[in-house]
Amino acid sequence: MKVPRAIRPILVVALAYAIVEAGIPAIGALLKPGTWPVVPAHLARIYLFFIANVVLLYTAADEVLWGRVRGELRYFFGADEVRVVRTLVIAAISLAGGYVAYDAVRPRLETPPELRAIHPAPPASFSIGGKAYDLSTLNNPLRADKSKFADHVKAGAELYFKNCFFCHGDKLDGKGHYADAFHPRPANFRDVGTIAQLRESYLFWRIATGGPGLPREGWPWMSSMPIWHRFLSETEIWQVILFLYDFTGQAPRVRDS
Amino acid sequence: MKALAVMLLLVLVLLASGGGRALVASPSGAMAAETVSAAEAAVGHPGAPKLTPPDYPRYGGLNSRVVVWVAAQLHLFFAAFVLGVPIFVLAIEFIGWRNRDPRYDRMAHEFIKISMGAFSLTATSGGILVFALVALYPGLFAYLTGIFGPVMLLYALLFLAETACLYAYYYGWDAMQGRRKPGHILLGLGLNLVGTALMVLSNSWATFMMAPSGVDARGVFAGDVWAAVAGPLWTPLNVHRFLANIAYGGAIVGAYAAYRFIAARTPGEKAHYDWMGHTANGVAIVALLPLPFAGYWMTKEIYDYSQQMGITLMGGVFAWLFIIQAVLIGTIFLAANFYLWCGMARLDGTSRTAYLVKYIAGVLVICFLVWFTPHTLVMTARETAALGGAYHPVLGPLGLMSAKNTAVNVMILATFLTYQLFRRSMVRSTQSWMARATRLQVAFYIAAVANIVWLGVYGYFVPANVRIGLSVPQVATTLLVIVVCVVVDEAIASRSERVHMIHWGRMPTRAQYALFTLAVAFTWLMGLMGYIRSSIRQHWHVYTVMRDGSADAFTPTIGHATSIVSASTLVFLLLILFVFWLSGLGRGQAVASGPVAAPATP
Ligand code: HEC
Repeated sequence: MKVPRAIRPILVVALAYAIVEAGIPAIGALLKPGTWPVVPAHLARIYLFFIANVVLLYTAADEVLWGRVRGELRYFFGADEVRVVRTLVIAAISLAGGYVAYDAVRPRLETPPELRAIHPAPPASFSIGGKAYDLSTLNNPLRADKSKFADHVKAGAELYFKNCFFCHGDKLDGKGHYADAFHPRPANFRDVGTIAQLRESYLFWRIATGGPGLPREGWPWMSSMPIWHRFLSETEIWQVILFLYDFTGQAPRVRDS
Repeated sequence: MKALAVMLLLVLVLLASGGGRALVASPSGAMAAETVSAAEAAVGHPGAPKLTPPDYPRYGGLNSRVVVWVAAQLHLFFAAFVLGVPIFVLAIEFIGWRNRDPRYDRMAHEFIKISMGAFSLTATSGGILVFALVALYPGLFAYLTGIFGPVMLLYALLFLAETACLYAYYYGWDAMQGRRKPGHILLGLGLNLVGTALMVLSNSWATFMMAPSGVDARGVFAGDVWAAVAGPLWTPLNVHRFLANIAYGGAIVGAYAAYRFIAARTPGEKAHYDWMGHTANGVAIVALLPLPFAGYWMTKEIYDYSQQMGITLMGGVFAWLFIIQAVLIGTIFLAANFYLWCGMARLDGTSRTAYLVKYIAGVLVICFLVWFTPHTLVMTARETAALGGAYHPVLGPLGLMSAKNTAVNVMILATFLTYQLFRRSMVRSTQSWMARATRLQVAFYIAAVANIVWLGVYGYFVPANVRIGLSVPQVATTLLVIVVCVVVDEAIASRSERVHMIHWGRMPTRAQYALFTLAVAFTWLMGLMGYIRSSIRQHWHVYTVMRDGSADAFTPTIGHATSIVSASTLVFLLLILFVFWLSGLGRGQAVASGPVAAPATP
């Protein structure tokens, strides 16, 4: 049987729907076993909206194709011999519309989505114990002396496994022992989306001031990240930063001169 | 009307630069108790005043920020349009003159006519903006004039020159034909030079507010105006706006052509406006293609100027507006492509390459989806649980710059391919080298896409600063393909027979709505991005130097901001409709002898 022209766009969109709702999560499950990484509903809606639009535009762009689709639609909505099917289709569409409307307004217990910025803007400067740090010029002072680099990284590693690995994990992948208890979860330093795209000065600020040091704008942050300047010295913080980059093989973002 | 607005502008600027000290008196009086720095004493320039709410006059229930915002936005819409149009009008006029084709000349004339109508509104809205600034933000205005006084004066003078040039250019059009044409073209060149100078000057104070230069940390001006003008963001903004203005001008006159096309009664008129719409769409697309790169450059400069500002822009609350931006840019690409696809109807018979359109559509979809996928996903708690964290294994990598750059480059190539197919459909290769050249082009496309994708993937394995650098070879690849294809196509077209006539006017009405969509999406996008650009200053009038001391020194909610942007967009579109209507009124010389079936001259 030849599929009518007017049906084909619908089939294409249905296929796209299946890929977005099941295909992508399936690939995700392969990459990250034990999870079912759905496409967030907000995004899925935009995806499908655009796919449907392109399909529609493609159909409408060609005069012949468009004429045929219109002819079929006219037949479907006009001819007597398809009256029953037509009534059923219209009923099904109306019911589906009703369900979508109901689903959108029915009371639920789920918390609404969070508009959480992972990397909030740092302040221009901050101070610890009277010493001010200007984030726009701050650099890791330990990188200057290459001969001591290995020692600093080693010291950083020790600090990391004494202080950070409970949360950030022994592989620095954010899967420490406590990780599942926290929301937001501890950062995964191996992910290209975290320390790899930040400057060292940013890390310094985040580690030194922790969750409570996050800017007021995005409150409540609920971040469990401790305020490390209370436990570590300035040099120790720079050492642990060296370790984070060295171990993950990432490089910090630098200012172009 | 215009003269009045210009006079008003001039008087205000003079008043402000002369009386700036007087206006600023109260806040600087409050500062007198502070110690005067050495620099301050030496140059005689006060630092940035520290304003408090009483320093901001309030009028009734008016929200000062919204008033200035809307006035500035409207002025920018009109200014962008009025500065963008003459650039391609001159190019079209030049082509018509070189090819001795009066149709180009007529089209160019009609384009500039629309921009004439908008010119008075540009001046008026500019006057309103300056007035609003002086009345509502006297402290800021006085501080800026204290530094930019000479620049503003030059600006006002150039505005007069712009008016003179535009009037001479427009009204001298018919008189300066034939032997006098070169003179007219020179006049157009002058108009564009003055217009560009105007834009560049007004950009200087906008970028100064974002990234002040030429002043010290307390805002004390060292006296070097050039240092204040040429700040770190000045050049990127100049380039970005220059390109965007052309694209915007093209989009708006495209809407005009669509409007006339739908209203046209005779085939001649239809053909004329179809051709006009096609040209305008082409202008908009060509100027649009390099825009994403100009945007990336500017973002990079912002990040380099201030990490805080960069992160506010890309990572914070504004990140959500970038999703809207992505949707609008997607709309623009789609509308432009749809219009090109519909354009195949102008050719005789079915084009041999029409079947490729569905693959192009498929590639566009995939690229859009990558382009939309935000860095930070908005998720409900249940979705986060299903993911086992905030990081999505499939979509996460797509949120990064490498993926976006790749997508946008491929999207641009696909759009260009559509355009190329349309042009190539008109000729038949007659010699064997042409077939070989075509095969070479295909190979070139494949190699280019492979290279772009490879660079994109490679980007995940290198540090962030190297990754950003990779966008350069990606763009270079795209541009190289475009240039090579244009050259080869030109060679083939000039040496082969034309098998198809273009039937201008044989275009479905629904394609015209694509042109409207283009204009609306462009306007909206400009408003939105303009808001973001100026809002990343946060609670500063002049970033890190002069605090916003008013009650409005907070970042508005996304909903409020988008409403204001949308309202400005709507007002502008209504005004521009009025301009369209006006331009149609005096249309005595109807386009009777339009090119119904013309040889291919897109
Ligand atoms: C109690 C658990 C906990 C401990 C211990 C901990 N962190 Fe964190 N850390 C977190 C959480 C949770 C986040 C994510 C917060 C967020 O997203 O706002 C985080 C975020 C970070 C970030 C920011 C990453 C980014 O991409 O913005 C850095 C850097 C960091 N931690 C470093 C460290 C270092 C170094 C140590 C040890 C000295 C440490 N953390 C110890 C919980 C912890």
